[in-house]
Amino acid sequence: MARSLPLPAGAGMARMLVERNYRSFRRTWTVLVSGFFEPVFFLFSMGVGIGALVGDVEVGVGRTVPYAVFVAPALLAASAMNGAVFDSTTNVFFKLKYARLYDSVLATPLGPRDVAVGEITWALLRGLVYSGAFLVVAALAGAVTTWTALLAVPAATLIGWAFASIGMATTTYMRSWADFDFVQLAILPMFLFSATFYPLSTYPPALQWVVQATPLYHGVAMVRDLMLGTVDQGILVHVAYLAAMGAIGTVWTSRRIASLLLR
Amino acid sequence: MAAEPLPAGDPAEPLISARGLVKTFGDFTAVDAIDVDVRPGEAFGFLGPNGAGKSSTMKMIGCVSPPSAGSLRIMGLDPATHGPAIRARLGVVPQRDTLDEELTVEENIWVYGRYFGLSRSEVRRRAAELLEFAQLAERSRSVVEPLSGGMKRRLTIARALVNQPRILLLDEPTTGLDPQARHVLWDRLFRLKREGVTLVLTTHYMDEAEQLCDRLVVMDHGRIVAEGSPRSLIEEHSTREVLELRFDSDDHREHLAAVDGVADRVEVLPDRLLLYTADGESAQAELGRRGVEPLSSLVRRSTLEDVFLHLTGRTLVD
Ligand SMILES: Nc1ncnc2c1ncn2[C@@H]1O[C@H](COP(=O)(O)OP(=O)(O)OP(=O)(O)O)[C@@H](O)[C@H]1O
Ligand SMILES: [Mg+2]
Repeated sequence: MARSLPLPAGAGMARMLVERNYRSFRRTWTVLVSGFFEPVFFLFSMGVGIGALVGDVEVGVGRTVPYAVFVAPALLAASAMNGAVFDSTTNVFFKLKYARLYDSVLATPLGPRDVAVGEITWALLRGLVYSGAFLVVAALAGAVTTWTALLAVPAATLIGWAFASIGMATTTYMRSWADFDFVQLAILPMFLFSATFYPLSTYPPALQWVVQATPLYHGVAMVRDLMLGTVDQGILVHVAYLAAMGAIGTVWTSRRIASLLLR
Repeated sequence: MAAEPLPAGDPAEPLISARGLVKTFGDFTAVDAIDVDVRPGEAFGFLGPNGAGKSSTMKMIGCVSPPSAGSLRIMGLDPATHGPAIRARLGVVPQRDTLDEELTVEENIWVYGRYFGLSRSEVRRRAAELLEFAQLAERSRSVVEPLSGGMKRRLTIARALVNQPRILLLDEPTTGLDPQARHVLWDRLFRLKREGVTLVLTTHYMDEAEQLCDRLVVMDHGRIVAEGSPRSLIEEHSTREVLELRFDSDDHREHLAAVDGVADRVEVLPDRLLLYTADGESAQAELGRRGVEPLSSLVRRSTLEDVFLHLTGRTLVD
């Protein structure tokens, strides 16, 4: 029985749901624009504006970089998070509660796992598009200094997966649109405090532990390592953290879809 | 899809077989140990009032709701273990349309066909045929939202046919449609039946059940209270004719004494008396001789509504 297995059934056809979303998206692609511009605006206001006041930031022993170079990776990580969260919460909630899309999908060979994997994939693709576009802008603005920065694209995919899967799992518990304020309540402090705009060392040691427990911190640290070319085996911790989050969120979402819709 | 274990061409082998099938929600029992057999090629109906458990039964057959107890086999397969394989051969028309309103009419069919693993060119070919069949060809590029209720229902049926199902499950296919739209739909369903598609439908319209179903079960409070062809149910549980009498009074029970002995059986409804008899006109004549003068007096043939009323003491649509 689907319910007693740790991972509910699927037919391996999640890509069909991605295809469906792409079809619907072709009519509404303009929504991408705002998500793209947000981090770009931040890059210019923070990086260029505040950067002029702040000057250079020390990264690693004896190495300093301009503030824009320091902050760009964090903005890229955050845009992957924002894109994924937006799609996996608001859009999924609409499809789940109002459009009842998954009710019709589950009448076909697709199972709850396909629904979870399909929607999470779609949401992380959105995060990927945002962060890919941002990387281009950052490169044009001179905030990209090394070729390992290209690896920020797969890194953004990983961040997107982690946040999309937890975002969608959380959405299955939402009762009304008002509950989405809690999502903002989680996202905004993470965006501000995950060593995004200043180094982790700014915090007292006790607070450093708190910050290091949050997922965006690992996303930011991972992308920053890649974009500044300061990769060491420490990056594996970030990768493991985010991959575990993505995997847990995906299984959790599948189970929630099964228990909500296959009653 | 893989070949079914069902021996092809054995009409005795049921396509759907339920034994002691139960569905509970918490401590409420929506479907209470029903036995059902649906044979290949027939049109099988679940007739019952609101809350009888029709949709709950359809969802179990559609493999989107696990049975709480009992056994269920569809095309010889167990939904608990072969859900995707069974659903691949089913067409489902749910009680509430679940069309994809973000897509156009034709895209609805394309996308749905893709869920069954059909190729892009195949779904386009089938969509063109199905939209013709559903009389929606000229609306194929339109978005779904502004379509009329009847059009949406036809689109839902067309979409359900994209995988060329062996069994089509229709949950109240014509509820909320005007008479003309209902007849168009019935006509499409007859055609499908002629092509060999097994139809399983629920309804609370007795005329629909009589029109469409070879066999049906009457459900009430989660139980099956009668089973058979529409004709045999009427023969078994009702008389050939019914004489309907309306009087100018608030309580029609007052007139029971006046009609005593005229018919085999009398039912009292809030607004009329139903006299069950093989010959309505003789009963009418007898009432005339007795000097009983109703406001109106009408002889009609017995319907499934009368069967239901007799079995449960309630009308189907209230
Ligand atoms: N998911 C659910 N949770 C709790 N109760 C349910 C659920 N689904 C159905 N029920 C209850 O089960 C009973 C049977 O419902 P069902 O939808 O099967 O009836 P129905 O015969 O299809 O009625 P209708 O003609 O109104 O569609 C109803 O009392 C309904 O409230
Ligand atoms: Mg129903």
